[in-house]
Amino acid sequence: MYGFEALTFNIHGGYLEAIVRGHRAGLLTTADYNNLCQCENLDDIKMHLSATKYGSYLQNEPSPLHTTTIVEKCTLKLVDDYKHMLCQATEPMSTFLEYIRYGHMIDNVVLIVTGTLHERDVQELIEKCHPLGMFDSIATLAVAQNMRELYRLVLVDTPLAPYFSECLTSEDLDDMNIEIMRNTLYKAYLEDFYKFCQKLGGATAEIMSDLLAFEADRRAVNITINSIGTELTREDRKKLYSNFGFLYPYGHEELAICEDIDQVRGVMEKYPPYQAIFSKMSYGESQMLDKAFYEEEVRRLCLAFEQQFHYAVFFAYMRLREQEIRNLMWISECVAQNQKSRIHDSVVYMF
Amino acid sequence: MAENGGGGGCCPPMDLMRSEPMQLVQLIVPMESAHLTVSYLGDLGLVQFKDLNSEKSPFQRTYAAQIKRCGEMARKIRFFKDQMSKAGVLPKEMLGKENDIDLDDVEVKLGELEAELVEINANNDKLQRSYNELMEYKLVLEKAGEFFSSAHRSATAQQRETESPRASEDLLESPLLQEEKSIDASKQVKLGFLTGLVPREKSMVFERILFRATRGNVYVRQTVVEETVIDPNSGEKAEKNVFVVFYSGERAKSKILKICEAFGANRYPFSEDLRKQAQMITEVSGRLTELKTTIDAGLGHRNILLQTIGDKFELWSLKVRKEKAIYHTLNMLSLDVTKKCLVAEGWSPVFASKEIQKALERAAVDSNSQVGSIFQILRTKELPPTYFRTNKFTSAIQEIVDAYGVAKYQEANPGVFTIVTFPFLFAVMFGDWGHGICLLLATMYLIVREKKLASQKLGDIMEMAFGGRYVIMMMSLFSIYTGLIYNEFFSIPYPLFAPSAYDCRDASCSEATTIGLIKVRDTYPFGLDPVWHGTRSELPFLNSLKMKMSILLGVSQMNLGIIMSYFNARFFKSSVNVWFQFIPQMIFLNSLFGYLSVLIIIKWCTGSQADLYHVMIYMFLSPTDELGENQLFPHQKTVQLVLLFLALVSVPCMLLPKPFILKKQHEARHQGQSYAPLEETDESLHVETSGGSHGHEEFEFSEIFVHQLIHTIEFVLGAVSNTASYLRLWALSLAHSELSSVFYEKVLLLAWGYNNWLILIVGIIVFVFATVGVLLVMETLSAFLHALRLHWVEFQNKFYEGDGYKFAPFSFILTASEDE
Repeated sequence: MYGFEALTFNIHGGYLEAIVRGHRAGLLTTADYNNLCQCENLDDIKMHLSATKYGSYLQNEPSPLHTTTIVEKCTLKLVDDYKHMLCQATEPMSTFLEYIRYGHMIDNVVLIVTGTLHERDVQELIEKCHPLGMFDSIATLAVAQNMRELYRLVLVDTPLAPYFSECLTSEDLDDMNIEIMRNTLYKAYLEDFYKFCQKLGGATAEIMSDLLAFEADRRAVNITINSIGTELTREDRKKLYSNFGFLYPYGHEELAICEDIDQVRGVMEKYPPYQAIFSKMSYGESQMLDKAFYEEEVRRLCLAFEQQFHYAVFFAYMRLREQEIRNLMWISECVAQNQKSRIHDSVVYMF
Repeated sequence: MAENGGGGGCCPPMDLMRSEPMQLVQLIVPMESAHLTVSYLGDLGLVQFKDLNSEKSPFQRTYAAQIKRCGEMARKIRFFKDQMSKAGVLPKEMLGKENDIDLDDVEVKLGELEAELVEINANNDKLQRSYNELMEYKLVLEKAGEFFSSAHRSATAQQRETESPRASEDLLESPLLQEEKSIDASKQVKLGFLTGLVPREKSMVFERILFRATRGNVYVRQTVVEETVIDPNSGEKAEKNVFVVFYSGERAKSKILKICEAFGANRYPFSEDLRKQAQMITEVSGRLTELKTTIDAGLGHRNILLQTIGDKFELWSLKVRKEKAIYHTLNMLSLDVTKKCLVAEGWSPVFASKEIQKALERAAVDSNSQVGSIFQILRTKELPPTYFRTNKFTSAIQEIVDAYGVAKYQEANPGVFTIVTFPFLFAVMFGDWGHGICLLLATMYLIVREKKLASQKLGDIMEMAFGGRYVIMMMSLFSIYTGLIYNEFFSIPYPLFAPSAYDCRDASCSEATTIGLIKVRDTYPFGLDPVWHGTRSELPFLNSLKMKMSILLGVSQMNLGIIMSYFNARFFKSSVNVWFQFIPQMIFLNSLFGYLSVLIIIKWCTGSQADLYHVMIYMFLSPTDELGENQLFPHQKTVQLVLLFLALVSVPCMLLPKPFILKKQHEARHQGQSYAPLEETDESLHVETSGGSHGHEEFEFSEIFVHQLIHTIEFVLGAVSNTASYLRLWALSLAHSELSSVFYEKVLLLAWGYNNWLILIVGIIVFVFATVGVLLVMETLSAFLHALRLHWVEFQNKFYEGDGYKFAPFSFILTASEDE
């Protein structure tokens, strides 16, 4: 199949690819960010954004703005874009697009379950959920007491059901369990998505496997770093790593036995794609790791647009937009709290 | 003509031929009168401001705060508009002038009104919410009451026949209740129940989740509510089901409560007691009517408020838009170092200088400024924008030209000729006076109702037709004219001016032949003799006529194009272009195709049988051969040889001299600059400024040469292909007349032949639709497009550069008409 997408891709995918590339052209550039960084207050940010694609979403907001409003409206734009594309998509692209939102679904499930555990109001929790990861009975999650109930009551109806096969226990939910559940789910999701992309073949498989492998590796590193010093055993830790990626399988063996951040670093530096990331950081530091990973991810996502006739552009666009919203949130927070010197700490420039 | 154009002289000024002379002006305006000045200039609408702060981001500019204020007000106005359209209140026509009101007042007023409206809305929402809740409650009471009473009936019926076998188990009517009753009363467990409403699309999932959560120890009954219910939480209409859930145990209850909450199902208390139920219903109904009156009163109050907003709405909206435009413009001005005045630069037509100065003075006086504004003209090398003063008649034509490219500053404007040639070429392809009249009627409707339609919002296509109404009128008038020449009226021959000049020699000659016809009268006075219609030789005759006519029209239009290039050369004082572009081009085109045109005319006049293809082809292939029977006039061979020679010579004349002369000119200028003695500095500066922008440009000989080569090849090949391209006039005109004759003969006459009124009516309907759909709409479009092409490509490529940019003045008329 590879090499022949150009013949048939445009029959179903041409319109949407054009749409998504148009959307991509609307992403904020470095010049925009530079201007945003100079803003004095949130109204300035609104004024600047009114000249971008976000304009129509923000124009009807009354003046004392809040960071949450900005983020909410920007997310709304992302969701509208996504819904438009989903409406227009045919198989197998619609399935591909559906896969993109499963990650948010997992996050939402975890958010609600954790929230209920800490006895928060369900309505309040639902407002915090990412709109892309919503499903019908999401609020019912609050009823469940343990994993099995969670599955039996609610999730069996959702696309996430198959991912639960590995984490069905009758233990009561607690923070640790939930975190393990999140990672198990994510592992299953990434593997499933990876398999699906392989099935699609062609440039989609090629590019997506690269992007997903990076995602899987990043999660593996994060799991390792976060589980250092917890009661998670090495075997359990290893079980949470996705079974693909650049680190699979030997890197996983090594990561599983790491006891501190410098050991992780030692493992990762053996792998050329990550050498650059880690070489930027000084020893014993892990705060900057997230940003370094994000930067690398953005670089890879931008590269996805270099090739035509594949679905990875949709994934890349959604991810880039999400990154952009994170950037906007950070900038708005910094501006709102008068911490403008810290703006550059976390903003990831794209173009 | 070009020189005289602006200054009167022998011929009247021709505004449309060249762009208005433009100038770069600098205005130095004191801070205090800046706002008023820009406002007056906006009323005037003759200055295009340059952005002097392009490197600053929008919120760093001087008036960012004011723009934010205007944005906020615009938001409030949008909010009002939204509320008004929801309430069905229409904004009133504008009363008074917006200049009389103060922006600060408007801001305060808008703020007050918004706060009031928001408060009223909140109150109304609250009331509406409780009203909706009560409505839902009432529904629950009714539906659940029905359910309970029916269950009760069947249960008592059940009890009466306790002995009978338990066949009634199949009965779906409330099996739980029935069991409960049949069991020994002492063992009865008290079942709890909840009632409420759940959105219909969620009802299935709701039931399923309830079942799963309680492991099936629950009994759910749902009844569909036929009418839509307004959801109290969202305030939107929704379809809902009333449900009753029976459960046992407190844990199940808490689970069910949670699930209800998660599904947005509103629960309402319900009593089993029939008496209590009736009491509740009356109580709820009473409160509903009470609330209804309160809500109505609230709505009335709100409507009055919206009405008062509606009175001033247009005024405020215009004011805010104007203010925003003014501040946007003010942001383009640069702040003087002393911060006491603003410096504006912009383009304006020369004729407007006085008016601008007057506006500046007026603004200075009106704003009580101590110092007046300074108006001065700057010298610049920048190319000014192009500005044609058009009216509603010429603007559509100018749009057609501008769609190809806006004329370079002061370049000859093809629009002048397009006004006539465009509709004419269209009509050549659309020659039918019947269709022309239909088109004319349609466009007259648009023109007569111009005022009314202009203020309305039309659809996309309608908008286009309306914009081009005068072009369409011209097109239809011309097609009536050509239709008369072609003698076409829905393809029916009409001896309009005189009876046909020919008649049958005897009774035996048939209609479909020209043989046997003799000339009995004078030649038909205007256009085509109707007797040609339907004869066997009609097509060969018309083809020959229309083909030759197309070539004549084409050659004359191309000549016109080349002559325009002469006007341009004269205007820009470039003798090189006259001698080595205009003259060789004229010679080349006319020695080949001009000659062909002459031959055509000679052939028409003399009635010669000469074969013009043959003449033209052998003029190239073997110019020395004898012409024989194809000779049209004496010494034709010699003339042809001379013409051929001229054509061949003119090609190198086009190609070679111009680049070399340009090179020489450049070198001379360069030398003059480098060795200029000091005292001549003034003059050289002067030369440089008047010499235009290419004074400093790098001179690349190879580039110029290649450019000239391309230009020459394009012209030589274009002379052939463009002439051939004009044959589309013939082709389309043929297609049009054939199509209309097909519709006339194969539809209308065929239907007529059946002598059946039903078929006749069907035939007439088909004919009308085919005529309107195919001939009037599609053919008009295709002829329009072909005429457009002939103008854009064949005519304009002879002279038109079209690389200028349009004059876009800051004007309130444009701001007012543009939509938010």
